Order: sequence, then C-alpha cells, then structure tokens
Amino acid sequence: MFLLSFSSYIYHKEFIAITRGNTQNLLPTIILNGLRTETFMIPDVAQGLVPTQDNLIGWILQIAWLAFFVVFMFYGQRIQIYVMLREIEGSLRRLRYIREEGRKDAIATIKELGKPKEDPTTRVDQFLEYIAIPPMDMDPSGIVWKLEHILDVRDIRFEDDVKLMAPEADETQVKNLENTLEAALALNYIYKVVRHFYMLGKKTLSLYVIYQLQMVLPLVMREAEAFASALKAFTFGQPIGDGAGALVAAKLMQGHEKRKIAKDVVVATVPFEGRKAYVLKAEGPGGNVGKPGEAIKQILEENEGKITNIVVIDAAQKLEGEKPGDVAEGVGVAIGGPGVEQFKVEESILKYKIPINAVVIKEDIGDAVSPLRKEIFEAVNAAIDRIKRLVLERTKEGDNIIIAGIGNTIGIGQ
Amino acid sequence: MGETETPRRISSIFLAIIVITLALSTVALFWGFHVDPENLYSYMLIGVSGFALSAYMLFQTRRRALQLTIKMQPVNTTILCQKCGFKNLREFQRGDFIFKEAEECPKCKEKMQITSIYREAEEKE
Repeated sequence: MFLLSFSSYIYHKEFIAITRGNTQNLLPTIILNGLRTETFMIPDVAQGLVPTQDNLIGWILQIAWLAFFVVFMFYGQRIQIYVMLREIEGSLRRLRYIREEGRKDAIATIKELGKPKEDPTTRVDQFLEYIAIPPMDMDPSGIVWKLEHILDVRDIRFEDDVKLMAPEADETQVKNLENTLEAALALNYIYKVVRHFYMLGKKTLSLYVIYQLQMVLPLVMREAEAFASALKAFTFGQPIGDGAGALVAAKLMQGHEKRKIAKDVVVATVPFEGRKAYVLKAEGPGGNVGKPGEAIKQILEENEGKITNIVVIDAAQKLEGEKPGDVAEGVGVAIGGPGVEQFKVEESILKYKIPINAVVIKEDIGDAVSPLRKEIFEAVNAAIDRIKRLVLERTKEGDNIIIAGIGNTIGIGQ
Repeated sequence: MGETETPRRISSIFLAIIVITLALSTVALFWGFHVDPENLYSYMLIGVSGFALSAYMLFQTRRRALQLTIKMQPVNTTILCQKCGFKNLREFQRGDFIFKEAEECPKCKEKMQITSIYREAEEKE
C-alpha cells in the first residue's frame, strides 16, 4: 500500500512536469521524491510505532521484536514441539470422544436388544481390551492354517461373549452386536496407540516421535471417523459399503433356492445367460463375511473341478480423485481380510487350472464401513452388467460358473 | 453416536491470555483518546489488533468444541410392491434389511419388499 501511494505520487509529479513541458527536470524530480521516503513510506497511522526519543510505544515494540527474535532463535524448536503437541492433543480429545460415544452406544444397544439381567458395562470394557496374537512366522510354512485357526477361535469367543452379554438377542442381532463391539474395540485401540505416542513424545520431547505421529494423524482420524459411522450402522443393522459385492450376489440369487455351503455362506444355483451359475454370498442379514474361500473350494470339489470360470465381486479401495461407485474389472481373487480365504481360492484354482476374474466397486474406507451410499447402491446394477458381459465373452452356453459376492452382508438378505 | 457434545472447559491459561489481551487493548485505546492523542492512530492500531486477536482466539475455542460432534446422515428405506409397482420411501427403521418382506401394499394388498436401503451422501470434494 505504501509503495502504491509512493508510485502514485511520483506519477502525479511526472504528469505535472510533462504537462508543463519541463521534461529536462523529470529525472531529478523522481530521484528527489524517491529520497524523501519518510513522508511517503510511513503513513500517519504508523508514525507512533517508530522508536524516537519521546515515543514509548515505539521502544516497547522494538524491544518486543528483539525479544521475539531471541526467543525464537533459542527456543524455536521447543515452541514448535509444543504447538504440534497441542494439535495432537486436539485430535486425541476427539478420538477419546469418539471412543466413549462408541462404547456408550455398544452398551446401550446390548441393553436394548439383549435385555441382560446384569449390567454389561464391565464385560464390554473387558471385551474392548481383547487381543488376538498372530501365529509365529519364523517358519512360515503352514502359517495360513494356523492363522485361520486363531481367527476361528477368536470368532467363536466373540460370539459366545456376545451371547452371554445379550441373552435375548436373536442370531442376526448377535452378529450385528459382534460387529458393533469389534468397531468399538478398533476405536479403543486407535485411541490408545495415538495416546501412547503422544505421551511418549511429550515425555521425551523428541521432535521425531511427534513428527511421525503428526504425519499419520490425518489418516488415523479418517479411519477413526469411519469406524465411528460403522459402529452406528452396525447397531441399527444398516447395510454398509463393504456389502456391495454381497448385494450383487443377493440380487442374482433372488427367488432361487439357497443352501448352506460353508460356515455362514449360502449358495444358489441360478440359470445365468444360458450358463449354470453357482452364486454365493455370506448369509445375511446379520453382520457377517463368512468363509467364501471355503465355499468356492467346496463347489469346485462338488463339481470335480468342472467349472469354466469364476467371477469374484468385491468392494475395493478407491484412490483420491476416483468416483465412489466406479466399477472396474481384472483378474485375481478379490477377497480382502487377513488373506486366508484368498489363499484357499488361489490354491483351489491352481489345482484345477480355472481362470478367475474380478469385478470391483470402488469406494473409500469411510464409505466401506458407513451406511451404503446411493452411488454404490446404483453401482450394483453396473457391476451385474459387467458380469453378464464377462460371462458371455469368456464362457460358452451350458458351462458351469461361480459368481461370488464378497463382503459384509449386514442389512442384506438373500 | 449422540448428536450432543461434551461441554469442555477452556484452559485457564488460554482464558488469562485472552483477558490480558483485551485489557491491554482497552488501555491502548484509552491512552490514545485521552492521554496521548498525538499518537491516536498508533494506539488505535494496537487496540483494534488486540480486540481482533482475542475475538479470533475465542472463535477458535468455539470451533474446537463444535468439532466434537459426529454428524450422522439420514438413511432411507425403499419399499416396493412387485405386483403393482407402488413405491414407499421412508426413514430406515431398526430391523429393515434389503429383500425383507414388508407390509401389505395399500393398493393391491400384495406383500411388498424392501428393495433398497441407502444414504445420500453430502459431497465434500
């Protein structure tokens, strides 16, 4: 602003000089005016801020500025650490709030659906501290089966605990409560890990510990927010984005006879574009992912490997910039989770040399565990169209195929 | 998750800083108007900046408290009569699931079915 007023002043003087025809005096005029900066560079408002003999404010500001400079020179890093810790503290406070709300919601839902005789609070608090120790991987041979066993034991233990906490809940409600408690457990764990690193950083005042925490915190917060909305969806039994694959299979098997093929998985034999399709999904509407790998293995064995093609449909992590509900296809086993089910399918298809195709519905972590959004619901029909095209192009009439809808089937029947 | 927020206590140091800034700004303005009117503009600059800074700090505290709420988006259930095509859109109720047999159709008295459950997300991008 000061420069602007200065240049406008010069322009004004030039204009007068030119209009008077006195051009030989133009340059000295500009230089002279340029030197008389004190009348133009410091407007009236700021006059009092310049330290002069009788100007107290000017001196105070000058000393404050020097003090500020010295403090930042010696304590700059420490101040930065405190500022970062304060920011982390804000996120930690929010994480604690989310965790507490999740815990309260879980307890309230157990009381409402399970009608327990005793207060389930203590049991819920114990559940939130639950740990599952993964198998030792020094000798990785056979680790998949060890991991599967640990996961099975964990699932059974969870189910039993929920049944004890909520004796009046039906099968669907037990599954939903199990999912609710798992989301509460995840929130508790996230909060505790962030608190651990925050306290460690505060104790050691190590910039690098705090830096690391601050760098990942936005992603951690996103995940925590996602689990918070998942918890809400689970308490009500609402379908979630992760169930997109299960919804595709549910639409295909609608009106056909279903049978149980593996733990928590149902299959229906459906005529599909002149082919015989074994359509499978986790058994709904309770929150459940089942064992689709085991189911595919069973169907292959029942048919002695006479399956022409397998199509697996699942929700997949979208990249930033991609639209939620975009459908993509490729090859491979599109089954998420700890990897046990994916491993089983890979083993089986290798044995019988069966081609496998994947159709995925893109969504981010927030959408995957939040109540199903409209775009993803609508993408289900687009995915079915893709499967139809794929089957027509890759198989012949009369062939046997498997269509597996993967994902948590909460809020989705069949 | 509840729509309510936990009331949070503002830290006493933070409050003290705001009060001191406000007090100093008031003194600066008073000084400018009554004691040293020659430097009125300078004192006004300091006073107004002080008031703006305190207002900003207070606003920040309020903003942080507001961040503690978890917004839930409404989820809708669509019930469709397979026979006559009658459609009913209502808010999700506990126990609803996709492909669940619902109440009778008010037009043709046939059993209706829940055909969709979804939320309409607010786009952040």
